[in-house]
Amino acid sequence: MTQSVVVQVGQCGNQIGCCFWDLALREHAAVNKKGIYDEAISSFFRNVDTRVVGDGGSISKGKICSLKARAVLIDMEEGVVNEILQGPLRDVFDSKQLITDISGSGNNWAVGHKVFGSLYQEKILEKLRKSAEHCDCLQCFFIIHSMGGGTGSGLGTFLLKVLEDEFPEVYRFVTSIYPSGEDDVITSPYNSILAMKELNEHADCVLPIDNQSLFDIISKIDVMVNSGKLGAAIKPKSLVTSSTGVFKKRQEKPFDAMNNIVANLLLNLTSSARFEGSLNMDLNEISMNLVPFPQLHYLVSSLTPLYTLADVNIPPRRLDQMFSDAFSKDHQLIRADPRHSLYLACALMVRGNVQISDLRRNIERLKPSLQFVSWNQEGWKTSLCSVPPVGHSHSLLALANNTCVKPTFVELKERFIRLYKKKAHLHHYLQIEGMEESCFSEAVSSLSALIQEYNQLDATKSMPVEDLPRLNVAV
Amino acid sequence: MGNGHAQCRHLGQIAHFFEGVCFGLFLSMSIVTVQLGQCGNQIGFEVFDALFNDSHCPRGLCSKKENEAYQASCKERFFSEEENGVPLARAVLVDMEPKVINQTLSKAARSGRWKYGQHSCFCQKQGSGNNWAYGYSVHGPRHEESIMNLIRKEVEKCDSLSGFFIIMSMAGGTGSGLGAFVTQNLQDQYSSALKMNQIIWPYGTGEVIVQNYNSILTLSHLYRSSDALLVHENDAVHKICAKLMNIKQISFCDINQVLAHQLGSVFQPTYSGEGSFHYRRNPLGDLMENLVPHPEFKMLGVRNIPQMSENSLAYSTFTWAGLLKHLRQMLISNAKMEEGIDWQVRPPLSGLPPLGKMSVNREIHFNTSIANLVILRGKDAHSADVGAFKDPALYTSWLEPVHAFNVWKTQRAFRKYERSAALVSNSQSLVKPLDRIVGKAWNMFASRAYLHQYTKFGIEEEDFLDSFTLLEQVIASYCNL
Repeated sequence: MTQSVVVQVGQCGNQIGCCFWDLALREHAAVNKKGIYDEAISSFFRNVDTRVVGDGGSISKGKICSLKARAVLIDMEEGVVNEILQGPLRDVFDSKQLITDISGSGNNWAVGHKVFGSLYQEKILEKLRKSAEHCDCLQCFFIIHSMGGGTGSGLGTFLLKVLEDEFPEVYRFVTSIYPSGEDDVITSPYNSILAMKELNEHADCVLPIDNQSLFDIISKIDVMVNSGKLGAAIKPKSLVTSSTGVFKKRQEKPFDAMNNIVANLLLNLTSSARFEGSLNMDLNEISMNLVPFPQLHYLVSSLTPLYTLADVNIPPRRLDQMFSDAFSKDHQLIRADPRHSLYLACALMVRGNVQISDLRRNIERLKPSLQFVSWNQEGWKTSLCSVPPVGHSHSLLALANNTCVKPTFVELKERFIRLYKKKAHLHHYLQIEGMEESCFSEAVSSLSALIQEYNQLDATKSMPVEDLPRLNVAV
Repeated sequence: MGNGHAQCRHLGQIAHFFEGVCFGLFLSMSIVTVQLGQCGNQIGFEVFDALFNDSHCPRGLCSKKENEAYQASCKERFFSEEENGVPLARAVLVDMEPKVINQTLSKAARSGRWKYGQHSCFCQKQGSGNNWAYGYSVHGPRHEESIMNLIRKEVEKCDSLSGFFIIMSMAGGTGSGLGAFVTQNLQDQYSSALKMNQIIWPYGTGEVIVQNYNSILTLSHLYRSSDALLVHENDAVHKICAKLMNIKQISFCDINQVLAHQLGSVFQPTYSGEGSFHYRRNPLGDLMENLVPHPEFKMLGVRNIPQMSENSLAYSTFTWAGLLKHLRQMLISNAKMEEGIDWQVRPPLSGLPPLGKMSVNREIHFNTSIANLVILRGKDAHSADVGAFKDPALYTSWLEPVHAFNVWKTQRAFRKYERSAALVSNSQSLVKPLDRIVGKAWNMFASRAYLHQYTKFGIEEEDFLDSFTLLEQVIASYCNL
């Protein structure tokens, strides 16, 4: 089995990362009752004998001593990382895995990328190498960051190039939080566009997410919880937004619920690689199946169900409803409507007590209402993992390579142009060494080219699908 | 006096010796199974389990001596003996990641009845990523020596090797790519042993998005290096589970068990000839001889009758006449199970030319065979009349029915079926599914989608084109029968 390393960059990245580790521990505690350090846990955690000083403490088998996250935490401000280190998860992180500074990036991609990039390159490399050495077989780096700020956006994408050069065989999966329309960071369009170019060129797979969609999902859950319409309580642990109850005694911070959704996304994405099932799906299969052309590697994700009912007298939401929801625009983690756009490929990752016939029935049922590109009319990748997430009997993660991601990029480009035309705040960027106007124009070109690819695909949407003439052979 | 006794004893010893040799001559040759990837290993387990359970089934409906001979023959083919009497499957388990092999090993060990050898597995940490090129070009050469060593060890345990049975899917990366590589190696290193590949064709509506690419690469390579391709389609087996077995929530375990049942009904011992009560020695050799008369035509399919849930079995009785009538019509009308058979389809009247060459687009079509093998197991099998299968109209004209059709029998019932029949055929029935796969792969290839994932590991567009060419030829050959 393989291991993955999570690299969390910037305030947003670290907050999400923190929620991720919290939930990962909860999931493994629920599955691994005997406290044995097995291959599933080892995918995200090291087992360390804390009595041993220095590096020799790793234990590869046997009882769990002390779990350490396979993570590198990077932030150019100390606030968030310090809070993590003082919080209930402090023992999960090795102090040697952190890189911090005090001044912050001032919401400036150039500061994050150029200034801190060159300043911390060696240190970053050192930490990454160390985390790789601790792995038997490192398969994937998960990078978590936001696009609109300075550190996550700038330094986070600087990292990608470093990872590509240093670990070319290891996959780079990036979870990127895109700025919503009402983003309060004025320069977020600049930061996002500059970051996009890096994502285009150096990421294997990107999972774009936006805060507004997460917020809408939370609101929907709140309505269900508070409406009392169904009378019964909802199992608290099953909320896709819930934390490990034990830790959070006080009122949850406002973003925690939203971050937990993203954390659950990552857990579900890796579940079939970590746990057994009748149709496994490893992380390298995600890229293989969902990325038909190297530049089209943006995947829209949706998670269902959002909660499970506690009252057994109320029939559980039908299994089939779970599949339907996965395709509804209300369940997507980014503002997108896959049903009315074109699918290039779709992956359905199912957990829990679901069998192949359930999967097939639902694919047959939903297929007619979805449009697939002509050369991939039956472009489904499926997986069945036996272990459900905590609090659920089954769950579904849908990953779609779909042109519905285009509007997000188009909007981003428009906001950028509005700012750039007025040269607003540009000097903050240009005064950084290594930054020129060409950086901006190249970034916009890169994005325009990507949008153009999606446009061309969309143009084929209503064209009739014909079989191409086959090879003629003499017999 | 003393000398006389000694002489008698000496003669007695010689007689014993010859008896031993003669008995040995009648023992079955062995088959070494290679299980590849998740699918291959999951199915492999069910196959060995089905074979073992059947051979130890108390209701063999035959004499005790009969049953013992059956058991011994099955045992020699598929199992070797361990020190404390637990049979070891003659199998090598290969996967590029550990989860499935671990599960398979423990399932077998838990049963307590048989198990896999502790050192019969080869495993890595990271899978093939559904990438045929990775399985074939990276994992293959990298692990060639280790895998072939494991196979050699298993072969050395056999007194006499009939050949290899390789179980793999063609949709993924390990079974398909590494499977193709290993089969090629077996051809090089064991040129006199036979190879039969059990290939699982994926559901038409995706399990894997690049399954059609992986499929055409697998089939074209295996066509060159394997002796026979025994095909099972997930869609067909799924229907059997749904319609005949009445399973509501069908799992891969259910599918694999139906598959294992079908394979068991083909591979379990049968008498070596009409009137003989000794079991056939060389199952693979005999299958090849009967079913693959020409290397251009290697695709075999299996049909089984009856198939039903155990509950229904208790209330059903069948006659050989009924079973064979259904089986023949299943063959002719290309039905994969005994429900929904189209009785309208008839063979062309003998003497008249066929109704025109087969086109993959025509709906109702008579399924022409190259060769057929009917296997009858159970009560009064010797009295069953298989004449209807000898009708020349069923076959292509270049083989006499006497060469094209064979029947194997045994009194010994299979599992709980008082009478059961299996049909292994080399016919046109796989042409349409093959054509669909090639068509979809071709459409995708034309757009160049996903090709970068293959060229990254050395499989170029040329290799794809070669595969397409070979398979179009296979399709054309079968269509022109």
